[in-house]
Amino acid sequence: MTPVLRETLATALTLLVIAVIGASLLAGTFELTRPTIEHSELAEKLALVAQTLPPGSFDNNPIQDALPLAADPRLGLKHPGQAYIARKEGQAVAVVLEAVAPDGYAGEIRLLIGIRIDGSLSGVRVTGHLETPGLGDYIDIARSPWINQFTGKSLSQPADAAWKVRKDGGAFDYLAGATVTPRAIIKAVNRALHYFAAHQAELLAPLKENPHVQP
Amino acid sequence: MSSPEATLAPVQPAAPSGGLMSRETRDIIVNGLWTQNPGIVQLLGLCPLLAISNNIVNALSLGLATTLVMAVASGSVALVRNFIPHEIRIPAFVLIIAALVTVVELAMHAWVPALYIVLGVFIPLITTNCIVLARVEAFASKRSTAHSILDATMMGIGLTAVLVVLGAMREALGKGTLFSGVDLALGPIAKDWVIPLAPDYNGFLLAVLPPGAFIGLGLLIALRNRLLMREA
Repeated sequence: MTPVLRETLATALTLLVIAVIGASLLAGTFELTRPTIEHSELAEKLALVAQTLPPGSFDNNPIQDALPLAADPRLGLKHPGQAYIARKEGQAVAVVLEAVAPDGYAGEIRLLIGIRIDGSLSGVRVTGHLETPGLGDYIDIARSPWINQFTGKSLSQPADAAWKVRKDGGAFDYLAGATVTPRAIIKAVNRALHYFAAHQAELLAPLKENPHVQP
Repeated sequence: MSSPEATLAPVQPAAPSGGLMSRETRDIIVNGLWTQNPGIVQLLGLCPLLAISNNIVNALSLGLATTLVMAVASGSVALVRNFIPHEIRIPAFVLIIAALVTVVELAMHAWVPALYIVLGVFIPLITTNCIVLARVEAFASKRSTAHSILDATMMGIGLTAVLVVLGAMREALGKGTLFSGVDLALGPIAKDWVIPLAPDYNGFLLAVLPPGAFIGLGLLIALRNRLLMREA
């Protein structure tokens, strides 16, 4: 073996050893933190879904009681999403739909839309957005209660034509400086209500017919 | 500054003034915090500095995460510095730093998930923060383990201090609060710790957006230069 070759091999081996040590360190940390991470992600998801439902209105775990949603333009979903079913004593009381407003000011706005079985909204939450900080981010419940005005609204209250911001002759408040953002959300919620009206039977039927679903 | 100390040195060879630490130790501390401060003197690691310094909590969290990574990375590199061939030192250092950053990222995801979501992509980006690699290459690859850890810690604290001051300026001006979002780091008990500075403050968007970071950093550098001019 020539000296050059020996040196090259030694160099490569050193790097390999460092990589192996680094990889085992990562694998160990990953295994150590995985249960905590999975647990907190589930708890966080449940807390978000619960925010779109009236407190105490359900006694199941909607995360475990989820139905797959096919990608559908009415929900703005490009990838399959999920519908979380809230039930009290086995009876469905509300559905929480994952939806996306594709036309936000800075991209997609991800939403959770809670709809009672009578077709009225039980709550809406933004789960992800890229709107301008300080301008369009008032849609986030942490910034302002704006999103709460959807609660109680339905397709008849107000009528379809009034699902707009006040500036456009609609029934919804907005904050000056950012109207693209609320417009996108109002449209998305309205579309989701139409989706629910069209798919109500599908969304709720399997629950009634499948007693094996864990309450 | 240096000449009177130099004349004193032969008389009192070790620990001229404080007595507790050697000259070298003191120099390392002063360098990291002030003379060679990474934030306002070396101007290294500006990507997170500008992006995340929009409030104190974010600035402090990312600063401390960076400091932790720097201290452990410099310590590990100093330990193995004699075993790493010169030609591959940079890839080896990057490997070590990347592994450590991912460990910190996983730990934050597990134990402070809310903060993890806020800091987002800036945690993995600590890997590419040049101040980490700079200290490893310029200091830890040549010096003792203890001194390397001290140097990285002081550089990290120096950077964190600049981040926090900048974050405080931007948050106070931009939102009229201090410590907003502290509950993300410390849990719901900290919800009331936010200090509102002015009631019904409408906010000053420029301070929160990236230009506010550049202007704020410029002001800090100017302030430091002003202080130095007065000293001279």
